Amino acid sequence: MPAPVDVSAVIKQSFPQLVERASADHPAFSAPAGDVPAVLAFLRDSHGYDLLTDLTAIDNGEDATPRFTVVYHVFSTTAHTYLRLTADCSDDRKPSIASVTSLWPGADWHEREVFDMFGITFDGHPDMRRILMWEGYPYHPLRKEFPLAGIETPLPDIEVSEETGTKVLPAPMAGGPFVTSSGEINMAKAEPRAKDESWNEKKEKPL
Amino acid sequence: MATEFAFPDTAAKGSTAAQEFQTEAMSLSIGPSHPSTHGVLRLQMELDGETVTKCDPILGYLHRGDEKIAENMTYNQFVPYTDRLDYLAPLANNVAYATAVERLAKLEVPPRCQAIRVIVSELARVSSHLLGLGAYGIDVGAWTVFLYTFTEREKLYKLFEELTGARFTTSYTRIGGVARDIPDGWLDRVNAFCDQFLPILDEILQLLTRNKVFMDRTVGIGVITKEQAIAYGLTGPNLRGSGVPLDLRKDKPYLGYEQYEFDVPVGVSGDCYDRYLVRGEEMKQSIRIVKQAVAKFPAGDWYATDAKKIFAPPKAKILTKMEELIQNFMLVTEGPQMPAGEVYFEAENPKGALGFFVVSRGGGVPWRLKIRSPSFCNLSILPKLCVGALVSDVVSILGSLDFVMGECDR
Repeated sequence: MPAPVDVSAVIKQSFPQLVERASADHPAFSAPAGDVPAVLAFLRDSHGYDLLTDLTAIDNGEDATPRFTVVYHVFSTTAHTYLRLTADCSDDRKPSIASVTSLWPGADWHEREVFDMFGITFDGHPDMRRILMWEGYPYHPLRKEFPLAGIETPLPDIEVSEETGTKVLPAPMAGGPFVTSSGEINMAKAEPRAKDESWNEKKEKPL
Repeated sequence: MATEFAFPDTAAKGSTAAQEFQTEAMSLSIGPSHPSTHGVLRLQMELDGETVTKCDPILGYLHRGDEKIAENMTYNQFVPYTDRLDYLAPLANNVAYATAVERLAKLEVPPRCQAIRVIVSELARVSSHLLGLGAYGIDVGAWTVFLYTFTEREKLYKLFEELTGARFTTSYTRIGGVARDIPDGWLDRVNAFCDQFLPILDEILQLLTRNKVFMDRTVGIGVITKEQAIAYGLTGPNLRGSGVPLDLRKDKPYLGYEQYEFDVPVGVSGDCYDRYLVRGEEMKQSIRIVKQAVAKFPAGDWYATDAKKIFAPPKAKILTKMEELIQNFMLVTEGPQMPAGEVYFEAENPKGALGFFVVSRGGGVPWRLKIRSPSFCNLSILPKLCVGALVSDVVSILGSLDFVMGECDR
């Protein structure tokens, strides 16, 4: 079934708890975390949004509440329209949300990636493992408190790291000029003079 | 049948003979560095004889944290990183990224800029499909194809080098325009390439299309149904190979694609062979688009002249005029100034729909930039697709999905 022209009205009628979300392009709605599978199933089965094209999350900042927002983009292969659905995770410490793998098997890897990068667990996911980082990696790199350069961690291969003592080191650029730390997004403020990280005869480059 | 026979042959399931010949389950790991995995993908498989019973792809060997990096630099600084997503079609990635950010700023680039972007995207598609085809040939034992396709790619690289200054990592677009206008006579050389390319492409495809060995390795192998393709979020030639006529250039036109005439090839059975056919035909359609774009190449500006806070003025003006100098300084230090908002844009790239989800809180640096990579989504069907296939079929399936790990792992 093709998506109706005014999908907003239809959705609001069926799910009055949904709030419209500011968006620069496609229709966007914010749903309570618990309703996500129901809303997406409704969109897929009754309005032709059959392709889950993207599933990701946003970290709204270390001090923000709610901290994590999960974002779904669905696409209708018949009407060729996108729709964005977002849901805030209720618990900022141990964020979790219901999995949609039962609706789209393709959500499997997306949810694993969000878990890997943000530490959001998806309830009902068949195989909640990391996907890009290795098993046993202790951090969630896309969280805002994680530094750009990385953090020293043991090598993925525990046997090798125990024997040789080698570790995964942060990028050598850490602390150098023009490298912003997380949350500091103004380039002018990250400039060496502003951070007073300029190196000269009097102040040597830290080793 | 009335009487039951005790088959002595091993194929008869349940017979004592079959149990006697049952092989032990074996686990096999292909990759991360293996010619058939096209980069650094590892497949952890469990086999029953020659048949795959479980396939677990292990990704992340090429994970560089592009999304994290994007949060820490200005919009223009991220352009070179997009080269390294699908590094077989960097120009198309540049265009997709720039268009996404321009959607956020509600900025329309002039027709000439759009035409340049269309031409480079389509040439990038040809270049990417040529490599995909050549490498696929090698995967299934047809080495010659690779030599032909690489000769053609070399010609394309020459054109890219002339336009962008680089063969491989082009970084050609800027937010609100492109890095530079096309050089004199470049369009003629593009046209000349197109003219000589079509007969050669036919020749290349003839090496495979009715090749008995190639058909044996691909027809009926790795069948993806329409429903499966959509359920797993497949896009691009892999989706169209399964018979879904979805092409964002047609269905959700951007960059003025609606003015060009082209067809969207679709497969019938969704097997490896169909995906190969779709890619072959797509190259012809791309050339068709390029020829149209060259024929009615618009005059005018090649960057958005009205976007002072987004696109830097020409170098000659920066060096001679005060206001332009200040403008350039602000752009370099603060980045192109974007309004707050959320935008999601997908472009029809050679590998599928490359999407950028940009969350801006204003200023020159994105708060969050998510890259929806087509290779990642296309590969997610592997655990389903490989089960029941032979080990040799896995090689064929991998090649037919035509993925790039740089984009998959980001």
